[in-house]
Amino acid sequence: MSARSIAAAVRSGERSARSVVEEHLAAIDSSEGEVHAFNLVLADGALARADDLDRRIADGEDPGPLAGVPVALKDNLCTRGIDTTCGSKILEGWCPPYDATVVERLAAVGAVAIGKTNLDEFAMGSSTENSAFGPTRNPLDTSRVPGGSSGGSAAAVAAGFAPLALGSDTGGSIRQPAALCGTVGVKPTYGRVSRYGLVAFGSSLDQIGPFATSVEDAALLLEVIGGHDPLDSTSIPEASPDLLGALGRGVEGLRIGIISELMGGPDRAASVEGIADDVRARVEQAAEALAAAGATVEHASVPSTVYGLSAYYLIAPAEASSNLARFDGVRFGLRVDADTAAGMNTATRTAGFGDEVKRRIMLGTYALSTGYYDAYYGKSQKVRTLIQRDFARAYESFDLLLSPAAPTTAFPLGDKTDDPMLMYLNDVCTIPSNLAGHPSMSVPFGSGDDGLPVGVQVLAPALAEATMFRAAAVLEGAAP
Amino acid sequence: MTSPEIPRLSRDDVAHVANLARLTLSDEELDAFTGQLADVLDHAADIEALDLDDVPPMANPLPLVNVLRPDVPVSTEDAAKADAAAGFRAEVLAAAPSVEDGRFRVPPVLGEAP
Repeated sequence: MSARSIAAAVRSGERSARSVVEEHLAAIDSSEGEVHAFNLVLADGALARADDLDRRIADGEDPGPLAGVPVALKDNLCTRGIDTTCGSKILEGWCPPYDATVVERLAAVGAVAIGKTNLDEFAMGSSTENSAFGPTRNPLDTSRVPGGSSGGSAAAVAAGFAPLALGSDTGGSIRQPAALCGTVGVKPTYGRVSRYGLVAFGSSLDQIGPFATSVEDAALLLEVIGGHDPLDSTSIPEASPDLLGALGRGVEGLRIGIISELMGGPDRAASVEGIADDVRARVEQAAEALAAAGATVEHASVPSTVYGLSAYYLIAPAEASSNLARFDGVRFGLRVDADTAAGMNTATRTAGFGDEVKRRIMLGTYALSTGYYDAYYGKSQKVRTLIQRDFARAYESFDLLLSPAAPTTAFPLGDKTDDPMLMYLNDVCTIPSNLAGHPSMSVPFGSGDDGLPVGVQVLAPALAEATMFRAAAVLEGAAP
Repeated sequence: MTSPEIPRLSRDDVAHVANLARLTLSDEELDAFTGQLADVLDHAADIEALDLDDVPPMANPLPLVNVLRPDVPVSTEDAAKADAAAGFRAEVLAAAPSVEDGRFRVPPVLGEAP
């Protein structure tokens, strides 16, 4: 049942919020043991919240557009008084003293927080295998990864544990798991959704966004969480966009470009490597569907996107090395004692962080260090300018762009854990939007040769979410 | 392939940045991390090779400028807000590993025993 129909039924009194929550808790009970989507299921809290909503509705109140709708929250979103681990031992047992803005906004429209979802530690990873609390499995095939880092949120929605979930996307951490689990996943324009209360990874890249089983539900959730927040200095001072109103408008007259550099294939020397043939075929089929619906579809070139991966894996670790300096055993979470303060900091961080987080902290520290700053971090920031310029040029000729969301369908657990660089290649199609600050989303569009879902990525210029959702709705309707 | 100016990442480099980042690595970890980090830096050889002298760096997607708001104290004039602030302070301190007299307690910073 979609979030929209649940909310309609609960608001009209046709269904109780309690029955909705009980139904989802039962789904969690039956298969969470295999999937491990959650670090924490908020069963008691969700039922109490549902009863409160039912009382208010009985009193004639309208809780709002997400009345009674269970929402799963990535476990790097601060929830007051409720454990927020970021998938890390260094924060195990920590309860934030405040709610993230998105959590407050969900509460204000009647949503029910159903649990905190598993993630790669501090959102660093593409498979949710880097969690200190064990991996999440893809509900469609539990021998495969759900993608990452928001793998728990993607899996929760795909498994029917919650109709909606929130994730965070720094280099693809919403769109790639959405693609691998066959859900809709959206990274909004940088600044569209407040980052207040999102534990920071790469502050110039991070953005919170929705997972849903339909384009309409994703639009509903983004409308609710978007809009200006004075508590985030990078929040864009604009109201949340009208997305639901855009959904039925079709793509007639839109100009849509397929990004050649992200399509791979033997005849495309200028493209990134590793795009699977079955994935490429689905993106081409999606392009045909958009053309059949009245869009003009052509090949587009965004040449510098091929440098996105290299730039990202210097910029994001550099920002992470700075952001994660706060985990020092002084104010929250784990402390491993030692004779001196510096010794305590070192012992705490060494015991508390997992390997991938250590790798990124060291990589970032190195990229920012004297003698290497210009060659690595400085150069990457210039590549970022190039990518933004190339997108701007492409958007002179096109309203939207198209590419795969992930290079392959879901891969087996353990396949890429020994080779970090191989794992990083999963993000090659999603990273450019983060570097440019643009919105993009993954829409399920058929399956690959292995029967697992393929996600098509729709990319738009800054603040053009409404146009992006028009194409997404058409793709959803035309999906094989 | 790395550019001629930048030598390949060494084990000593990794030990140095681990120390800067307040991390202790075992010998095995040093070996593994050195290879893995060098792989990432090798991949970045593609951007090292670009001539970008005329391209400005970009730190953030938004054209942000720093703005200052008026510096007006908000909590102490209003008793209710002050109570809320005190409660919040208690919550923050309650989450800390060690606290003394309303402050975070840490081991000696300058080597002298307390």
